[in-house]
Amino acid sequence: MEASKVIHAIYTDDDVLMSAVKKVRAERFHIEEIYTPFPVHGLDKAMGLAPTRLAITAFIYGLIGLTVAVTMMNFIMIEDWPMDIGGKPSFSYIENMPAFVPIMFELTVFFAAHLMVLTFYLRSRMWPFKNAENPDPRTTDDHFLMEIPVSGDEEVLENLLWDSGAVEINLVDKAH
Amino acid sequence: MYTFSNKLKMFSIALIVIGAIGVVYGFMNSHKSLDDVKTMLAHEAAHHGGGHDDADLHSGSEVHGENTHSGVEHEVSEHHSDAHAEHVQHQLSNRPWSALYVAAFFFMMIALGALAFYAIQIASQAGWSPVLFRVMEGITAYLLPGALIVLGIAVASGTLGHYNIFIWMDPDVVAHDEIIANKSDYLNLTWFTIRGLIFIAGWALYRHFARKFSIAQDTAEDNSNFKKSFRIAAAFLVFFIYSESVMSWDWIMSVDPHWFSTLFGWYVFASMFVSGITVIALVTVYLKSRNYLDFVNENHLHDVAKFMFAISIFWTYLWFSQFMLIWYSNIPEEVTYFVSRFQDYKLPFLGMVVMNFIFPLLMLMNAEYKRMSWFVVMVGIVILAGHYIDIFNMIMPATVGDRWFIGIPEIASVMLFAGLFIFVVFTALTKAPLLVKGYPFRKESEDFHY
Repeated sequence: MEASKVIHAIYTDDDVLMSAVKKVRAERFHIEEIYTPFPVHGLDKAMGLAPTRLAITAFIYGLIGLTVAVTMMNFIMIEDWPMDIGGKPSFSYIENMPAFVPIMFELTVFFAAHLMVLTFYLRSRMWPFKNAENPDPRTTDDHFLMEIPVSGDEEVLENLLWDSGAVEINLVDKAH
Repeated sequence: MYTFSNKLKMFSIALIVIGAIGVVYGFMNSHKSLDDVKTMLAHEAAHHGGGHDDADLHSGSEVHGENTHSGVEHEVSEHHSDAHAEHVQHQLSNRPWSALYVAAFFFMMIALGALAFYAIQIASQAGWSPVLFRVMEGITAYLLPGALIVLGIAVASGTLGHYNIFIWMDPDVVAHDEIIANKSDYLNLTWFTIRGLIFIAGWALYRHFARKFSIAQDTAEDNSNFKKSFRIAAAFLVFFIYSESVMSWDWIMSVDPHWFSTLFGWYVFASMFVSGITVIALVTVYLKSRNYLDFVNENHLHDVAKFMFAISIFWTYLWFSQFMLIWYSNIPEEVTYFVSRFQDYKLPFLGMVVMNFIFPLLMLMNAEYKRMSWFVVMVGIVILAGHYIDIFNMIMPATVGDRWFIGIPEIASVMLFAGLFIFVVFTALTKAPLLVKGYPFRKESEDFHY
């Protein structure tokens, strides 16, 4: 694995950061990553990140939850131990469906929410006992860090970053 | 400033004229002689091979609270078929009244829903919506004429007409029906009219002053008009949620005077709220396509469409909550409401769940789709049709029973009030600039980015 140099530019304001991102991208530099203490609205679009596919997975998880609910209630209440629901002993899933709607709804939401959170963690490479990738602890407090790989003209890049409102610029070796 | 284009004006007037002709035709065509009705029934019986059995007939008359059958030992004979024919004759004459009432209520509720939405935006000091305020104010202009028409039709049906919508207005029915007689201190024509006028006065007063302060704020030096508008919006919302609830019992739920549901007011509110928001979106897209609202962009449309999506789900929640409890407990006097809807109104009753829930749920789920105006218009039209059918399902089973159809009386009534609605709303839009220039959140709204 080769070691490469990256510049860590530190900002103290999200609005300054946003305009800096736009400037850096306009000068055709590639932004590797940005670490922020809180989600900055519109940052993903400004960075040119591909849209998230988390919503699609959430929809699929919801469908799985719905299927689980239907299968489960059908087995419990209709097949395994047929129940007389609301004085209407029809023993048919579809005729007793209104009674199962709350469960179908809840499990849809439950599966969508929990599996989406798990997916988000895994996709963000976060799992138990994982060491933080965060290069500077101040980004968990009140600083914003922009990471840009250096390829040759670091002078130009540094000047650009100072101009864009960075309060601190560090050139660091990054082991891959 | 907006100018009401001649083309749209002609279109609305044409709708009013054609609609009025259709409504008149519906009324002229609804008076059938008893012999005609009998011939028709005989014809139908031949077609359906049996037609209406006794159980069907009984449930129909129970819903009406017409006790023509009770107490009398009736053989299934000449007398019986006479009573049935009379019943059907009455239902047939109810149809144009009900069709007119459903359409009048539907367009009134759009304006009322938009007014509630407008008041919420002001009371919550929302930052995204002020660019749409003049559109909302235009739509709410229809509230006063629309609500007076609804109340007018209701009162006329019990005075000029033959108790064609509300059977509790018929002294003969009340005399023979203990349940309605017990409610007659509340359900009587005078008190009904007074309540209606109080509600309309409250809504119209708020609308009048909100509009006045809004226009005054355009040229004001300070924010005093904005503050006044904020205060009356909060007061109106308190008045609204009570008056809307009682209005829905009076104007809709009392068509089935034996039946009641405690969340009916909320249910009607959800319907009017989503219809009002949808019309705000449609009028906005129309004006934008005519190059008027250049300060409105897809971010604003996105937020309106989010509300369409959310309130559609809210409507379903209330619709289902009302249905499930009654279905579960299966108490005869409650469940008859849904029995008549499942027996005679299966297609509109279940069809509206598809139009009002499944369709908007799947179509408006994606964020990108909510930003495309043609897409929002398409979904909006389905939602509006769905909520028309919702009101149809609330009124028709009680008045025309299984004699329902979406035919000339219904379509003509919709055209009549759609024309009137377009005419009043777009006339109101010409009266003031389309941007609330002096509103403190104008800038925030113009720069709004989701």
